Amino acid sequence: MSLHADRVSWRRGGALVVDGVTLAPQPGQTVGLLGPNGSGKSSLLRLLQGVSRPDAGTVLLDDEPIQAQGRRAVARRVAAVTQHAETDTDITVHDVVRLGRTPHRSLFGGGSAADETAIRAALDRVGLTDKADRLWRTLSGGERQRAHIARALAQEPRELLLDEPTNHLDIRHQLDLLHLVSTLEVTSIVAIHDLNLAAMFCDAVLVLDRGRAVAAGTPAQVLTPQLIREVYEVEAEVTHDPATGRVAVSYLVPAR
Amino acid sequence: MPADLAARRPVRAAAPSLEHPSGRGRRIALMAGLLVAGVLVFLASVGTAITLGPADVSLVNVRDVVTNHLGLTQIPVRVSEDAIVWQERLPRALVAASCGAGLGLCGAILQSLLRNPLADPFILGVSSGASTGAVLVGVLGLGGAAVGLSGGAFVGALLAFGFVLLLARYSGAGTGSIVLAGVAGTQLFSALTSLVIFAFADSDETRGVMFWLLGSLEGMRWDDVRLTAAVAALGTGIALCFLRALDAFAFGEDVAASLGIHVTRTRVILLVLTALLTAALVSVAGAIGFVGLVLPHAARLMFGQRHSRIIPATAVLGAIFMVWVDAASRVAFAPTPLPVGVGTALVGVPVFVLLLVRRGRRA
Repeated sequence: MSLHADRVSWRRGGALVVDGVTLAPQPGQTVGLLGPNGSGKSSLLRLLQGVSRPDAGTVLLDDEPIQAQGRRAVARRVAAVTQHAETDTDITVHDVVRLGRTPHRSLFGGGSAADETAIRAALDRVGLTDKADRLWRTLSGGERQRAHIARALAQEPRELLLDEPTNHLDIRHQLDLLHLVSTLEVTSIVAIHDLNLAAMFCDAVLVLDRGRAVAAGTPAQVLTPQLIREVYEVEAEVTHDPATGRVAVSYLVPAR
Repeated sequence: MPADLAARRPVRAAAPSLEHPSGRGRRIALMAGLLVAGVLVFLASVGTAITLGPADVSLVNVRDVVTNHLGLTQIPVRVSEDAIVWQERLPRALVAASCGAGLGLCGAILQSLLRNPLADPFILGVSSGASTGAVLVGVLGLGGAAVGLSGGAFVGALLAFGFVLLLARYSGAGTGSIVLAGVAGTQLFSALTSLVIFAFADSDETRGVMFWLLGSLEGMRWDDVRLTAAVAALGTGIALCFLRALDAFAFGEDVAASLGIHVTRTRVILLVLTALLTAALVSVAGAIGFVGLVLPHAARLMFGQRHSRIIPATAVLGAIFMVWVDAASRVAFAPTPLPVGVGTALVGVPVFVLLLVRRGRRA
C-alpha cells in the first residue's frame, strides 16, 4: 500500500478534530469516508494530502513520512479534488486540466509532449474531450467536478482524495460522478454524505464520529441501524438486496 | 446550471491549433514574435513621445542625440536639443515606462494571488503609507535632508505594508482579510497624511505634496532611471520564476497546495516583492494609480489566462501605456504639466467601471 495513515491525531483551534485514526486503503479501491458534519472527514483528507501536519501519528507515502517528502514529489502521486474550488477567471477546460501538470513541469518549461498526452487522456477519461475549449463559467456543476477530476488525473496520481464531490449535484450527476470515481484505476478516498451512494459505489467505508474512527469495513458490514443511530442520531432501516449484495438505507421520520 | 442552458451561452473558444502539440513550436514562435513586436512598439513610442512638447525636436534629432550619447556617432546637434532630449525627456519617458511596467506587474501578481480582479498595488496600503512618510519628512522635517522625500516615502510605504500584513494576520490571514486590511490601512494613512497637511503645512508645501500624491514625473534624472528600471527588471525576473505557482492559484489555495505549490512561502515572497517594488516606484514618481489595476486586465483580454503570457505582456503594455500617458499629460495643458496620476486615472476609471459592470452581469 502506498498511502497509509497510522493513528493520526490533529488538534485544530484547541479541538481534537482527528483522533487516532488509522486508514490503509487497498490499491484500486474506492474508500468512503462517512460521518456527520464536523466529524473530521475534511481534516483527515488534509492530513492524507500532506498539506497539514498531524500532532500525533504519521501519514506514510511509500513507507516514508509524507511530511518529509517535497510537496511537488507528493503531488505527483497524490491528487485532491477539494471543496469550493471555483474561479472567476476566464480559463478554458483544457487549461484547468493543464494545471494538473504543475508538479511535473520544470520552472520555465512549457508543455511537453507527455503533458499533452496526459491532458488528453484525462479529458477523455471524464468525457470532456469535446468541451476542452469551453470556458469554465459556461460549465454545469457536474461538468466542473468532472473537469476537477480530469485535472487531478492529469497529475497521474495513484491516490485520489475527493472531499464531498457530489455536493450541489442533482441525482443523475451524483450517480454519474461516483460511477466515474469508482471505475478509475486509482485508489480513491471519498468523503461522502449520502449513505446509499456510499453503499452503491464504495468497496470499503470508514465512519468518523467527532474525529474518531468508529467503524470500518464493507458497506454491508458497517451500515447497521445501530451504527446509524449512534453516529447520525437518526433511526433507519437497512435492507439487503441479495441480487446485488448491496445494502439500502431508509430513514424513519423522527418520533416526537 | 443545467447543461443545456450552459450550451446556449455564447462561448469564446480558444483556437484549437494553439492547443495541438504539433502547433507548439509555432505557438512559441508566435509569442516570441509578439514580444519582439511589443518591444519595437515600445521603442517607437519612446522616440515619438520625446518629440512631443513645447520645444520642437524631430525624430531625427532624437536618433542623433541618442546615438551620440551611446558613442555610436558624432553628429553635431544643438546644445539645447541635446539637453531637452538627453537630460529631460528621455529619462522622463524611461522612468514612466519603468513605473508602468513595474506597477502593472504588481497588479497582475496581486490579482492572481489574492484572486481579486480589483486588486492593485495600492491595495496593500503602500501608496498612502508612502505619502504619509513623504509629508512627515517634507512638512515636519522628520529625519532631515539625509532622508529626503523619497526616503521618507519608501520607509512609510514599508511601514504601511507591515501594518496591513499584521492586521490581516490577526483577522484570519485569508485573501479576503488582506484586502480588508489594505482598505483599513489605506484609510488610516491617508487620514494621517491629511492631518499633517491640515495642521502643519503652508500653501506652498501643500501644493508640493499634492503634486507628489498624484504622481509626478517632473525633473526625472538618470539616477531615477537607473533605480526604477533596475527595480522593474528585477521584479519581472522574479515574477517569471513564479509562473506555475500563479497559474495554480486560479482555484484558490487548497487546489494550489494539492498541485505541490508551497502556498504560504509563495504568498509571502510575492507579497513582499510587490510591496518593495511599489514602494520603490512610488518613492520616485509618486502614487500613480490605476496602471496596476487596468493593465493586467488588458493583457488578459488580449493574451488569455496563462501567466507565461500575462506577465511579459503586462510589463510591455504597462511601459508603452505610461510613456503615452506621460507624453499626453506633458502636452495637454502645456506649459502647465498635468500630474501623471490624473492622466492614468482618467483612462483607468472608465475601464474600471466597465470591468465592474461586466463582473456584475456575470454574477
